[in-house]
This record gives sequence, structure tokens and C-alpha cells, in this order.
Amino acid sequence: MFRKILLTSIAVIACLSIVVGCAPQAAPAAAPAATTAPAAAPAKKTYTIAIIHQQEGNPYFAVEQPGVEDAAKELGDTVIFKGPASMDVNAQVELVDSLIAQKVDAIGLDALDPDALVPVAQKAMKAGIKVFSWDSSLAPAGRLVHFDAASPEDVGRTEVQMMAKMINYEGQIAILSAGSTNLNSNLWNKWSEEELKDPKYSKMTLVKTVYGDDDYQKGYNLTQALLKEFPNLKGIIGPTTVGIATASKYIKDAGLVGKVFTSGLGLPSEMKEYIKLGICKEMALWSPIDQGYGTVYIAHGLLTGEITPKAGETLNAGRLGKLPVVDTGSGNLVIYQGKPMIFDQSNIDKWAAIF
Amino acid sequence: MKISTAKNTLGQRLITLLANFREIVIIVFTLVLILVVSLRTDTFLTVRNFQDILLDISIVSIVAMGEMIVMITGGIDISIGSGLALSAMIVGVTLKNHPDTPVILAVFLGIGVGIILGAFNGFAVTMMKVPPIIATLGTYSFFRGLVFLVSGGVWIAAHQIPDAFKNFTLQPIAGIPFLVILAVINTLAFFVFMKYTRFGRQIYAVGGNEVAAKLAGIRTNFVKFMTYTISGALFGAAGAFWLSRYSIAANNTAGDMHLQAITACVIGGVSVAVGGVGNVVGVILGAFLFGIINNAINLIGISEFWKEALYGVAILVAVIVDVTITQRLQKMKTERKGE
Amino acid sequence: MKTSYLTYKKPFSISSFFLRWEWILVGLIIIASLVLTFLSPHFLDAVNLFDMTFNFMERGFLTLTMMFLIISGSMDFSIASIAALSSAILGKVYLATGSIWIGLLAGLLTGLVAGVVNGLIVTRFNIPAFVATLGTLALYRGIAWIILENIAITNLPQEFTFFGQGYIPGTIIPIPLVFYLILLIPCALILHRSTFGRYTFAIGGNKEVCRYSGIKINRILLTIFIASGLMAALAGAFMSARFASIRADIATGMELDVVIAVVLGGVSINGGVGTLPGVVLSLFLLGIVRFGMNLINIPAQQQIIVTGLLLIVSVYIPQVINRLTIRKTI
Repeated sequence: MFRKILLTSIAVIACLSIVVGCAPQAAPAAAPAATTAPAAAPAKKTYTIAIIHQQEGNPYFAVEQPGVEDAAKELGDTVIFKGPASMDVNAQVELVDSLIAQKVDAIGLDALDPDALVPVAQKAMKAGIKVFSWDSSLAPAGRLVHFDAASPEDVGRTEVQMMAKMINYEGQIAILSAGSTNLNSNLWNKWSEEELKDPKYSKMTLVKTVYGDDDYQKGYNLTQALLKEFPNLKGIIGPTTVGIATASKYIKDAGLVGKVFTSGLGLPSEMKEYIKLGICKEMALWSPIDQGYGTVYIAHGLLTGEITPKAGETLNAGRLGKLPVVDTGSGNLVIYQGKPMIFDQSNIDKWAAIF
Repeated sequence: MKISTAKNTLGQRLITLLANFREIVIIVFTLVLILVVSLRTDTFLTVRNFQDILLDISIVSIVAMGEMIVMITGGIDISIGSGLALSAMIVGVTLKNHPDTPVILAVFLGIGVGIILGAFNGFAVTMMKVPPIIATLGTYSFFRGLVFLVSGGVWIAAHQIPDAFKNFTLQPIAGIPFLVILAVINTLAFFVFMKYTRFGRQIYAVGGNEVAAKLAGIRTNFVKFMTYTISGALFGAAGAFWLSRYSIAANNTAGDMHLQAITACVIGGVSVAVGGVGNVVGVILGAFLFGIINNAINLIGISEFWKEALYGVAILVAVIVDVTITQRLQKMKTERKGE
Repeated sequence: MKTSYLTYKKPFSISSFFLRWEWILVGLIIIASLVLTFLSPHFLDAVNLFDMTFNFMERGFLTLTMMFLIISGSMDFSIASIAALSSAILGKVYLATGSIWIGLLAGLLTGLVAGVVNGLIVTRFNIPAFVATLGTLALYRGIAWIILENIAITNLPQEFTFFGQGYIPGTIIPIPLVFYLILLIPCALILHRSTFGRYTFAIGGNKEVCRYSGIKINRILLTIFIASGLMAALAGAFMSARFASIRADIATGMELDVVIAVVLGGVSINGGVGTLPGVVLSLFLLGIVRFGMNLINIPAQQQIIVTGLLLIVSVYIPQVINRLTIRKTI
């Protein structure tokens, strides 16, 4: 039996050494992607850019894809647009790892957790890859810049403002949020709570915040639970397209139209029915297509050196115009896509056809 | 350990009672729970709330029947959640591309898909002789991956599903949502099936003593194959119902359905230690009990983070109690014989 | 020559040595490597390949004890949950005491206790292992959720994360890989060279005979479950170090991968058969295939199609091969 172990280990080591021995020559010769130059490379190159979202299959990210592809075509770059199978932080880390192995030029990350992805992001940066975050931010230590659709303060405050109008500034409300460690939704919620401190909302109370993990069924059940625990609940804010859609559906199914309202960030195509029914009178979002579009331009800008990034610089972002790099304090560099768009009965049909 | 010489101690009588009337024990437990919860909150004991509970457990009760017959024959099926998701996705994609498909056809499509998936499980267990735990663990992944393949990576959302289909499960007939009626019909059908049909008896026989059943002329492989296929038909149908109720077909749909079904079965008396034990009433009571627990958790406002631990405790307690009773029974029987 | 069964030594023959599952695995590794080299230029890169091992070393640790469990005819589905729970305790104790090493100790202790509970449920109460550990899977994971809720503990000290992310100074050899290789030695010795290992095979082979032979089945099973719990805690610690964050949902679903790796490694699910080299080879085979599929950007969702089928096939094929080749038991 010892003989067997010995022979097997020799075989394994032999295999591994053949593999490892072949390694160094193979990689540089056959690599199709242009290698990143450390400083600005003015010559026109085709960059390989990876845009990582949060979840494969989620309609929000699916809708972004045309924007990403448009930008790639305009810039002449290759884009890999993917995400983990579920909102699993470890899976996202593994994804970034495999991109480092593929030696991409830039990675744009919609971080499922602002801290857990920092080690792998730093590993990528050490390997010469430009790393930035979008939608949900990485801690500043892990990225060069963050691309936000709109300022968290704008989003959070607007959500409360919309909800307040619907329920006449009076009543109990709850928040059905996304993943519990999702930085962007948590930031929005923080600003929503800030907005609620204003005296004009004194008759409104936020009773609970629940986390639906962007899962329709979980959100549906959580909405049901909320309405059972707080029978007088008047409104649910969903700072996630899945949350607002599934909460609205429950309200419709339970026959509570006109008694409970929803607002938040919704995809027009999903929310059209509920806006028409009056469950949600107003909701906000931005163009996910443009968001996808913008990420590729930012990646390209980082790679060509157009932005270092430094506060005060401007990025030429194709059809999005010129976007400035802003320092929101203590070195946190952000680029904003714009302000939230409001959707209501008047424009829902038009936008539902687009996204 | 001292063996009691008295023939009918209270303990022994209690054990016999428990073993024979497990359902009563569950009912008593359920009533106590209802009492406790309704003292805690007044939104519990309402018609509205109980309607919601029934609606919530409808889908679980349907797949739990399938799980029950599989477990009675000594197997287990972990793939029901993934199979449900796959069926929901296939029906969803079909409805998205052909919105005027009649509802009944869509449901039959779901059942058909489920039958194929269940048959695959059955084939793996009976023909390839792969142990059920491994076969269904494999299909748990395999079916889940197929969901992605079928969907092309994109979920089916509510606005892509025709209204007729979305509404049919919640359609009230005589005030009761259609889905609940379907679940009740299914339960009754299984009750009759298990108790009064020959095939139902054969399932118990195969579970109780496979060798004896085979010697008695029962085609054991066929019986076992059919249990998986029937389970498949059930979770296939459940997939269509799920799509209608929640209006979503996604990759992570119904991730822990198997846990819920197994919990219902185990609480309801389906024995994992010996085959051939378990009945419809017990399983439905188990599903109901768990539905109440879930509902109560929401009402009282216990953190959702306690749910999973509760499943674990429920399974463990139910299984331990079950096995302990079985063993004591055996011991009592051998004691009696020796006298 | 004596014909006593106990002293009969099988004569060594080329065919009997090579017609074995382990060689099929070696062949598969070579084939997979060739295919992947062709499909992606980044595959045959020393740094990449060593880095690849980071992703499956935790699974590797778990396969070592799962192997003992399955060979003895048992099973432990709760290992991933134990990993999560012990990490949760590790994190909480670290936050409370400020020392990551006390936290680590607490985590390992949790794994030990969890293993004891598993073992007792299976041996004392005679609950079939797969149901018992299905229950504890939910229970332990649930407790992890209760402890951490939806908070992630981050800011773990560098000297701790070094173990999960670092390399041997000056080389590209990852630390977890080193730990794994070191652990292989005692595992090999215990499984294939000690009485304990022999009893493990025996229990898996025929439990009743063991009972009559006076082998202390319960004690051995309990020991294996405890080891499994401890190893799960260790794996959890490495995972926390690697991700530099502790959450309640780490390692979800990992038990499936571990079972696949062990069964694919030639360990019969019915017990009594299996070798350590087989498990090591299958771990690397699966790791290489997964890494390769990521390199060519096959979505994780499609990868699990392969994983699921692989599990079924890996149990089915041995039965077919059993009739054609020789399977070593000890």
C-alpha cells in the first residue's frame, strides 16, 4: 500500500510539474488582451473591461446590458458583463479572482459587501488592473473611484418625499430593502431616515426595515409579515426594484389597493401595472441602460489616463456628456450619473417600453 | 437498566398511545400553540389570518405528499425545490413567448416537466442503483443549473406573465382561493390513494420490508420508480402554481422547499428509521403546524433570522422522538414475547 | 504458501495496479488540463494555478474528514453550517476580547461541540446520519444567523488574514495549500495505516460483524464526527481569513461540493471502500475544472449542471467499473 501511495504521488507530482513547467512561456505569448501599460497609453488599444454586477438573472442588471454593449462598441473595447449566480459575496470574490487570472485591464464592481471585496480588489490593483465600483460602493481602500447613479442623499430623501405625498404625511411606513450588507441601499435608507427627522414628517413613523435580499418570494412573504405585524401600515418603501415590485404585488393580491402604498426605486416595465392601479403613485430610478453605458466609459477613462482619478477632473462619457469627479470628503472620489428620474402615471407607458 | 416487570406501566401505555395516535399529539400541540400565540397577539385568531396560513401552506402540502410517498419507501427527495423552480421557469418562458396559452395547458406543461424530472430521479435510484440521497443531491444541483439554461440567465417577471395565469391561483371560489381548493383536493386524493388503492398499499409494503414485498410478487423497482415520478408530477404542478402565485420565475426560487417538505413529513410521523410508516393526515398536520409556526413568527415579530434554526430543531426533535418511541415499542414487544 | 486469508498477500501485477479509479482521475486531470490550456491562455500560468488552490482548500480540509465519515458508512451534511457557526463565534469572541486567537480557539471549540452533538444524535439516538445532519445543518446555520443577523464582521487583523490569503514568504505557494498538504500526512497514516482506520473501513463494510467482533462502533463514529466538526471549524476560520469578513451565509452549499469530491474520489457511498489519494486527486480535478470554467466565463449556474451530474455519475460509474476492475479497500 505504501508503494501505491508512492507511485500515485510521483504521478501527481509529475503531472503538476509538467503543467507548471510549461506555464511561464505560454501566458505572455498567447494572451489576446492588450497588457496594461502602467502610465497613460495614448495609442488606440482594445481594452478588456470586466463589469461585474450583483446577480445573474436580476432584471435590473439584464436591462443594463444593452447600455454596456453600446459603450463597448463606441469605444472599441471588449467587455465581459457578468455576475454571480446569487447575491453571494463569496461567489463574487471568486469571480473577481478569475478575472485577475484572465488578466483583464479594468474591473468595475457592483459590490455585494463594501468590505469583504476589498482584499480581492486590492489584489487586482496590485496586479495592475484598474478597479472601480459602481452602484453599490466598495470601501475607498478598494477602488479608484465610485460611479453612483445619483447621490445617496438625493435618492434617500426623494423616496421619503414621494411616499409622504402618497399617504398625506401621516401614518406608519416600513422599508423593504435589498441585501443586508448592500452598501447603496443601506446608504439610501440612512438618508431616508434623515429626511424623516424633518418636522413636516412628524406624523409618520418608520416602524421596521426588513431585508428581502432581492428575492421576490422572500420579499413577498416579508411584506405579508409586515402587514400582519403592523395592520395599520400605510406605506412600504422599496429601495430595490425587486422589493417595490413584490410588495406592490402582495398589496394587489391581498386586496389592499388604496389602503397601502408603495414607493421607492422601481423598473418601469415591472411597475407599470401597479402604477396604473394606484398602488404606487410615484417612484424613482435612473436609466440602468445609461448606468451600464457609463461604467464602460469610466473604465476606459481610467485606462487611457483621462482620469487619474482626481477631484476636479472631468470624464467625457459619450452620450452622457461630461461627468466631473467629485470628492465627497476624506478622499472618497465619486462620479455621479445624474439625478433620480421620477416615474408616475404620466410617463410610465413611455418608459415601460424602454426598460 | 432495570427492565420493568409490570406489564402495563404508565410509561408503556403512554408510548403505545403516542405511537398509535401520533396525529392526536400533533393536534394537541397545535392547539396549545394556537392558544399561546393568540394570547400574545390579537391578529392571529382571525379568519383572514387563517386563510393566509392555508394559502401559504398549499404549495408545501402538495409537494409534501410527494415527499411522503418517497420517504415511506425508504428514499428521500432533496431535489423538489430545484425541480419546482425548473418547472416554473419552463412554464414561465412558455407563457412569455406564447401569452395566449390556456391556463390549464400551462399547468399540464408544468406537470409534464415534473414527471420527466421525477422519472429521472426514479431512474437514477432504481436502474442506476444510486442511493436516493446522492441521486437527489445531484439532481438538486442539476435541475437548478438547468433553470439558468432555460431562462437564458434572465428571470421571468410579473409583467411578462399573462393576467389570466397570474390570477388563477388566487381566484376565490366560494370565498376560498383556488390554490387552497387544489391543495385540499390533492390531499383527499392521496388519502384515498394511500389507504384504499392497491398501489397505495404496495407503497407501504415496499417501505416496510422490501424483500418480503418482492417475494410477495410486488414489483418493488416499479413502485419506487413511480414514487419519484409522482413526486415529480407534484412538484411540477407546484412550479406552475408558484409561478402564478408569486409571478416570478428565478434561479433561486424555492431553495429550501425540500427542508419544509421533509420537516412536514417527519413531524407528521413518516419514519426515517423504518420504512413503511407515515400517513397523509400526519403529514398535512405537520405542514399545518409548521405553517402556524411560520405565521406566528411573523405576527409576533420574532426576527426572521430564527426561522432556519427552528426548522432544524423541529426536524431533530421530531426525528428523535420518533426513533425513541419506535425503539421503546420494539423493546416492549420483545419483552412481551419473552414472557 | 499459507492460504490463510489473513496472511495472503496479493501478488503485484501491472494490470491490478493500473486498473484503478485513481488512475482514471489522473487521466481526467490531464485531459481537463489539456482542454483548458487550449481554451484559455491564462490557464497554464504558475501563479494562476497556485492561486487557484485558494478557492478549494477549505473544501479540501472538509474532504479529509468527510472521507472518514463516508467510508464508515455515515455522512455529515452539517459541515458547512458548522463552518459558518464557528466563524460567527470566532468573530463575536474576537470583537468581545480583542484577540483573534482567543476567537479562533472559541471557534474550534464550537466545531468540537457541534461535532459531539452530531455524533451523539447519530450514535445515542440511532437517527440515520443523513437526516440527523440535515437537521443540524439547519440548526447550526440558523444559530449562525441568530448570532450575526445580517451584520458582517470585518476588519480582521492582518496576522489572521495572512493565513487565508498569504503565501510562504518569497514564494507563490499559498499558505492554505501548505496546511492542506501537511494535514494529508496524518490523515493518510490514520486511514490506511492505523487500527482506527482499519476499524473505519470495517464499520462501513459490515456494521453487524463489527458489533459482534467487539469493535466499539459508537466510540469510533463519535470520534469521526468530532473530527469533522473540528475540521469544519478550521475550514470556517480559513474562509474568514481569506475573505477578511465573517458573515452568516458563508460556505452555503459547500457540503454538496465536499460530498461530490469525496465520492468522485473513489469512496463508495455505501461505505467500506476508498483511498486518500483518490480524494486528493478528485479535489484537484474538480478545482481545476471549476477554475477553468471560470476562466472561460461559464456562468456559475451552468457549472452546477456539471456538478450535479458529476455526482450521480461518480456514484454510478464505480458500480459499473467494480465489475470490471479491482477496487482497493485497505
